Amino acid sequence: MNAAPVPADWYLLLSLVLFAIGVVGVLVRRNVIIMLMSIELILNAVNINLMAFSRLWADVNGQVFAIFIITDAAAEAAVGLGIILAFFRNRETLLSDEMDLLKW
Amino acid sequence: MIDKFLFLFFAVLMIGSAIMMVTRRNIVHSAVYLITTLLATAGIFLQLKAEFLFVVQIILYVGGIMVLFIFVIMLVNLDVAIRMVQFSRQGFVAGILALVLAVQIFLALWIGRAGLPAPAIHAMPPKNTEAVAEALFQHYMLPFEIASILLLVAMIGAVVMAKRRV
Repeated sequence: MNAAPVPADWYLLLSLVLFAIGVVGVLVRRNVIIMLMSIELILNAVNINLMAFSRLWADVNGQVFAIFIITDAAAEAAVGLGIILAFFRNRETLLSDEMDLLKW
Repeated sequence: MIDKFLFLFFAVLMIGSAIMMVTRRNIVHSAVYLITTLLATAGIFLQLKAEFLFVVQIILYVGGIMVLFIFVIMLVNLDVAIRMVQFSRQGFVAGILALVLAVQIFLALWIGRAGLPAPAIHAMPPKNTEAVAEALFQHYMLPFEIASILLLVAMIGAVVMAKRRV
């Protein structure tokens, strides 16, 4: 069954690359929806780490925490998209640098 | 061998579609590429013998959260958004910062690599869903309830935000 298992650091590297792409997406894009999607990417990178270590130690606790992170992602997406809808209704734009209502 | 092949397949699919997601102009294309990324993540979960999380990832992420995203994308005015400048002006600095962050984490991984145990010394418990349910409902009962309250608050918050007139 475990004739040639994948080394653990491969998973960590994959998670690192996904995390970096998510960070670039948050910082570079102006569209708020794509920034939210990049945050989902970052959360997924964290999940891959949790699952890899859960497999490594044959312990399901990591998977339970991954479930909590998915719950958080759902809550964050719901509230974030609600905010985006409200903002779009007021300002007719989706660009993050137009979001300066609290700036003075 | 088959493990490594599956891992590489899903990893290449995941990273390629993640890069495509960040760089596309059209939001709908980005959303579709994000769906591909999430499906590849689900494949990695299956390869890690986490069957329950594999199903949860597909049903909840792809079926729930992404539908919410696409719903909002359809609600907002797409034609106006595409024609505007998509990338912010500090893109170069942001790329360098992200690269520095990635190199930092990579160095930390590289230094701490010796501490990692050998891969898959133990076999996973045979019944994955049962094991997850037992851990969730016995050891993590209180966090579970707190997560349910978080979801309730998020639901009410989303309704209030999306209402036309508060």
